[in-house]
Amino acid sequence: MTSHTAYLDWNATAPLRPEAAAAIGEALAQTGNPSSVHSHGRAARAIVERARAQVAAFQGAAPAEIVFTSGGSEANHLALRGAGARAVLVSAIEHDSVRQAVPKAGILEVSPDGVVDLDALDRRLAVTPGPALVSLMLANNETGVIQPVADAAAIAHRHGALLHCDAVQGAGKLALDGTSLGADLLTISAHKLGGPAGIGALVVAPHVLMAALQAGGGQERGRRAGTENLSGIAGFGAACAAAAGGGDAWPRVAALRGEAERRLLAIAPEAPVYGAAAARLPNTLCIGMPGVAAATQVMALDLAGVMVSAGAACSSGKVRRSHVLDAMGVAAADAECAIRISLGWSTTAAEIDLLVDAWGALYARTRASAA
Amino acid sequence: MTASFARQTRRANAPPIYLDYQATTPLDRRVLDRMMPFFLEKFGNPGSVTHSYGREAEAAVETARAEVASLIGAEPREIAFTSGATESNNLAIKGAARFHRAQGKDHVVTAVSEHKCVLESARALESEGFRVTWLPVDAAGLVDAGALEAAIDERTALVSIMAANNEIGLLQPLAELGAICRAKGVLFHTDAAQAVGKVPIDVNAMNIDLLSISGHKVYGPKGIGALYVRRRPRARLSPLFDGGGQERGLRSGTLPTPLCVGLGAAAALAKDELSEESQRLMGLRRRLLDGIRERFPAVRLNGDSERRLPGNLNLSFPGAPALELMAACPSLALSTGSACTATEIEPSHVLKALGLSEALAGATLRLGLGRYTTEAEVDFAAETLAAAAQRLASGERVTAAAAGPT
Repeated sequence: MTSHTAYLDWNATAPLRPEAAAAIGEALAQTGNPSSVHSHGRAARAIVERARAQVAAFQGAAPAEIVFTSGGSEANHLALRGAGARAVLVSAIEHDSVRQAVPKAGILEVSPDGVVDLDALDRRLAVTPGPALVSLMLANNETGVIQPVADAAAIAHRHGALLHCDAVQGAGKLALDGTSLGADLLTISAHKLGGPAGIGALVVAPHVLMAALQAGGGQERGRRAGTENLSGIAGFGAACAAAAGGGDAWPRVAALRGEAERRLLAIAPEAPVYGAAAARLPNTLCIGMPGVAAATQVMALDLAGVMVSAGAACSSGKVRRSHVLDAMGVAAADAECAIRISLGWSTTAAEIDLLVDAWGALYARTRASAA
Repeated sequence: MTASFARQTRRANAPPIYLDYQATTPLDRRVLDRMMPFFLEKFGNPGSVTHSYGREAEAAVETARAEVASLIGAEPREIAFTSGATESNNLAIKGAARFHRAQGKDHVVTAVSEHKCVLESARALESEGFRVTWLPVDAAGLVDAGALEAAIDERTALVSIMAANNEIGLLQPLAELGAICRAKGVLFHTDAAQAVGKVPIDVNAMNIDLLSISGHKVYGPKGIGALYVRRRPRARLSPLFDGGGQERGLRSGTLPTPLCVGLGAAAALAKDELSEESQRLMGLRRRLLDGIRERFPAVRLNGDSERRLPGNLNLSFPGAPALELMAACPSLALSTGSACTATEIEPSHVLKALGLSEALAGATLRLGLGRYTTEAEVDFAAETLAAAAQRLASGERVTAAAAGPT
């Protein structure tokens, strides 16, 4: 990263870890379909199984519990649609791939700080007939607010329900794994933790019966067909191993995020920081510049070489109203002025300087023209 | 190694000669070179169009989309990236059938010799209440156009017939089948995972509405594929999964930029080299078959001698059980058929559909030739296979141990 640019959009995607790049290079050089029985195939199979063990170890799971998918969106769908016909409850701040998986799902409210309401979960489950499935993310992708997943899992289990956790944003940034959370199903994505895009996994506890959504050759123990994404899986495994050993980067990242937040608030004391009162990921800052549309901010920052986003980095490119801020009760006019700044293990103090300068300059310009 | 192979110059510890190009292909170095920058420095999310890293990734994805489209005569916006041909086939078949159910269409037509993921998708539809017509194939593997025409009724939503068979390499008459579907007003999907880049395909000339593409079958990476979705007249589908709304809502999920770039690069190379390479492979194929037949005249070619993928042979060696034959040839990487079912002991559903006896089906190997196959490899393979088949057929026990270390 040169000093002229600042990549602060790590929640959209993270750069590849060197360990993952090495594993990808090795896997791309390996000819062979992992299902083939000849030595080329067996060598490919060995790469898949080594990576499966790495991903499993990262989440405190057994290798047989890992189902590789094409990414977080597919894994979320598999979890919500493949676990059998159940009443589904999802929090109001879930990623679109969870919110849209089961259109008839019940919605769990969140507090103004962006934390799911556990009492409401308890009440809803008490009146939900039949086995239910609750989906609650580990940490929100827009605000970074950490959800009480372990408590939610305990409540769900008390009611005989399963808990799915979309850990795409939290995995690797928090010292938590699926086993300690008590999740029955857990989604992780490689490219958010330094692996390649195009690969993710659903961790399926042994007691959960899954039906495949993608039918075919019977790969992944019949739970997800298709020739394995060999380089993706290899890179994912290496990234998990590196992430598991890279926990000491986060205090430094948290300090940089704290510094960014303090300096932006020093420039604009009236700027709202969303989720500030809750426990947040160490890398995420969702902040509003009052009266300045998010689209204006990201454009101005982009011109200054600072890369952030106006919310989730999905398809449209156009800035949509955030369902997350909506659920937190943020007025639409304020929500439209919120940007997401997200840091990572290689973020430098110089990048924070660039952000603060560019954001401060825009703030000064808009205040001058308003005056 | 026995004496008859002694004059071959292969090193004892050389990796086996790769003759399984229908299972997967090596990544072309030129494809890798185009992919690597997008793994390393150009890592943006193509959905992050609010900043330069994202836009750089988006531009690369769009270039790749145009390259894929160009290979099959489509428009870039008719290409949706997927995680591979299995997903493309699931999306095309389930997506089209489910979408059209609202219009009272609840019937799907496919053939018994399709890839397992097509068969499984159709079976999934049956369990949802759809009717499925399973067309038979003739002794060469060909679908009968008249039978297709007769199978289509006013409630038919979709016809799915593969372009090239993954086991016997048979090329179906896509243009003829496509014309029937268009005339009848039903969607025509083809699983072209094996055919794209190997034989010319034009979605307009062949009246194809939906076409599945695989990256790793055309010297691109695994984990990426595409589905062609016709825009005029529009082929409508229900997505398999929703979310961020990528790929015009057809297929949500962050696009893997390096893999998309790899598929595009692979498509561009295949387009440039298709004509010359298919001639070369047909020559090698003939040389391999002739070389085997010369030494083991009982060998039987399954499928059609002309109407087949340039790099495919599917051979029965009467009296030589396939697993023993493979074990006797550790210097060759071969398969009995589809890699997905490589560990199954059931005879191939494709060979069964051709009417092969169980004994003959059990004595059958698939030989896949490709971009890196050489004449010397073909000659070595012909001699090795024929000699081993000869010994097995004559009752001699041959094991890997007896044939020497791999």
